[in-house]
Amino acid sequence: MIDPASRPGTPAQVQLGDDGRLRHFIDIEGLPKALLTEILDTADSFRGVQEAQVKKVPLLRGKTVANLFFENSTRTRATFELAAKRLSADVLNLDIKTSSTAKGETLLDTLQNLEAMQADAFVVRHSDSGAAHFIASQVTPRVAIINAGDGRHAHPTQAMLDMLTIRRHKGDFSRLRVAIVGDILHSRVARSQILALNTLGAAEVRVVAPRTLLPVDVEALGCRVFTRLHEGLAGVDVVIALRLQKERMDGALLPSEGEFYRHYGLTRDSLAWAHPEAIVMHPGPINRGVEIESAVADGSRSVILDQVTNGIAVRMAVLSMAVSGQTREREQRRQESQL
Amino acid sequence: MKLTLKGARVIDPASGIDRVTDLHLAAGRIVGLDAHPDFHAEKVLELSGKWLLPGLVDIGAQLREPGPRYKGSLESESAAALAGGYTRVAVRPDTSPVLDSASQVRTLHDRAQEVNGVRVVPLGALTQGLEGRLLANMAGLQGAGCVALTNLRRPLADARVLRRCLEYAATHDIPVHFQAQEAALAAGGCAHEGALASRLGLPGIPESAETTALAQWLLLIEQTGVRAHLAHLSTARGLEMVSEAKARGLPVTCDVTMAQLHWTDATLAGFDANFHLEPPLRSEADRQALRRGVADGRIDAIVSGHLPHEQAAKLAPFAASEPGMSSLETVWALGQALVDEGVLDPLTLAARLALGPARVLGQGGGGLAAGEAADLAVFDPEAEWTPGAETLRSAGLNTPLLGQPLKGRAILTLVEGDIRHSGFL
Repeated sequence: MIDPASRPGTPAQVQLGDDGRLRHFIDIEGLPKALLTEILDTADSFRGVQEAQVKKVPLLRGKTVANLFFENSTRTRATFELAAKRLSADVLNLDIKTSSTAKGETLLDTLQNLEAMQADAFVVRHSDSGAAHFIASQVTPRVAIINAGDGRHAHPTQAMLDMLTIRRHKGDFSRLRVAIVGDILHSRVARSQILALNTLGAAEVRVVAPRTLLPVDVEALGCRVFTRLHEGLAGVDVVIALRLQKERMDGALLPSEGEFYRHYGLTRDSLAWAHPEAIVMHPGPINRGVEIESAVADGSRSVILDQVTNGIAVRMAVLSMAVSGQTREREQRRQESQL
Repeated sequence: MKLTLKGARVIDPASGIDRVTDLHLAAGRIVGLDAHPDFHAEKVLELSGKWLLPGLVDIGAQLREPGPRYKGSLESESAAALAGGYTRVAVRPDTSPVLDSASQVRTLHDRAQEVNGVRVVPLGALTQGLEGRLLANMAGLQGAGCVALTNLRRPLADARVLRRCLEYAATHDIPVHFQAQEAALAAGGCAHEGALASRLGLPGIPESAETTALAQWLLLIEQTGVRAHLAHLSTARGLEMVSEAKARGLPVTCDVTMAQLHWTDATLAGFDANFHLEPPLRSEADRQALRRGVADGRIDAIVSGHLPHEQAAKLAPFAASEPGMSSLETVWALGQALVDEGVLDPLTLAARLALGPARVLGQGGGGLAAGEAADLAVFDPEAEWTPGAETLRSAGLNTPLLGQPLKGRAILTLVEGDIRHSGFL
């Protein structure tokens, strides 16, 4: 079983093979710009597949992708499922409820059982930061692990679909100023976006939130911090609003949804601070009238539905790249063992 | 038996002696140092090149009894202590069941007699079931042999309960040990609140979780006059507060775990659950401050924080893993590393690992004066070894040092003149 002396590497070490190619997709951190660009280029090519009459390519024919969702999700799971099916993979959906008392044993047993079923990729969502990394480094290193969100840590496919959306609308990253507005503290999406934007060379990344919703030392991620919306939005080319969970009020982080909306809500008025051609994004699902005004979400500058379409393409790209990385390694091991 | 330990570098923090000489033992007691023409040893152990110290003393280790066997037993953990050079270990009360009654303490005492390993000194629970609401039978626990009482990091219901606990303990002159953590500020946290935890999305435990709790305790210690020991300090600011209190003459002592002197929150990067500790590994500035505190004596003791776990307890995502590290057997090697790095000299290291903690426990020991019980440890400072399933005695392999080459190891541990550990010679 597991060698107690084996030490988990950093996410960057775990997700890249010796040849520098992707074998898991866990975290944006440590991935070079060329690889992020390769993901975007591959995803771009899959956009064509989506628009074709027959929306399938045979890249993962005969492969099995298991969706393991330890946390509820409708949209992310659906787009992963669609992505796998468009690559001609067989898809297994598992909703695994975890109680807060459930310990690692459950997770271990579940995964080892699935590994025995010869799945080629696990798409994993889990409420603990580091869960995907843990699985990839210590449980099933030979199954491609795609992180579909782990705690507050990372949501790298969401970040990449956002990057694809930005690139398709704005082109070059190097001149872009991007503001991420809202609950940064609890957001794995924001963390991955900040890292991806930095790697891709964005001119400036800003986060805008009250101090209760900002992680300590968030600047170290590579962003400027603003606590006032009009300052944070001034002149930006891209505005990303984050979902505000209702339970934040119970945690004494905010007084009320209304007060949040007044100070940090993305409205037609507040959007006027941004560049006149700024686009508006949101990872969904939207709370209308809490973090974003309906007229903005549905308005001409909103690219929110584009994000969903791009999500399928990006997930196709990442699945095909990681599974082929694993297949290549397996082939290599087989050849080595024959020598 | 009359025994001479010959030619070792004798390091005695109680007398300040640090030189190569002989030590003579008889009837479980230290007879003296240097040449004793009238002393006729039945056995002479040649120990040149080795270091001879008073046996190490630990405060607040978890030796897993009573409790589930899959996490360890008094046999395994006592053997681990002896192999680490420890002769006396004060154990935590968060056993299963909790050490909150005299009968539990007596049962533990009987088990320790039976195992006949390291000296086991119980720390009793401050409140019933460690639940923080009702006072434990403090005087009864003291009568059964508890040297101090503690609620560990478990919260007390409110400041009133805390005050009453301290007043009652002061009435019976029972010292109270305390791990400073304001539960509400630490709630849900598993790592030092800082840039790295922010990046990794690990819920943080802020420095203020330690300092606000310390502030409250220090004020109530001052008011009640209770003798107190502040265990497992992790922050520079916390150390400052305790130092100020000491300077004002408050009856307080403090310790730090060896882990805090070695690692920082930079270890979080690989999500390695073996670095999931309580208190969390803090910043580099904290580590440097704690090192200075150990060197200049503001910190009285370096402790192991020994908390062995079965493998499954750490096979989980970081936050879901159980905190703690199996450490009794590796403290010495890390201590020697502090000497090699020039942080401490050998005498100071011996003072923090033996004399300091012995004084905190108040049962004697920690020195090599004639007439004292012969609780001794001999270390081979050149021994190279690698912690692993074959080399560790503890049932817990939960240490980030697994598979890492270390230098320095206990080769001989004597309790009351009785050789209870010998090996690696």
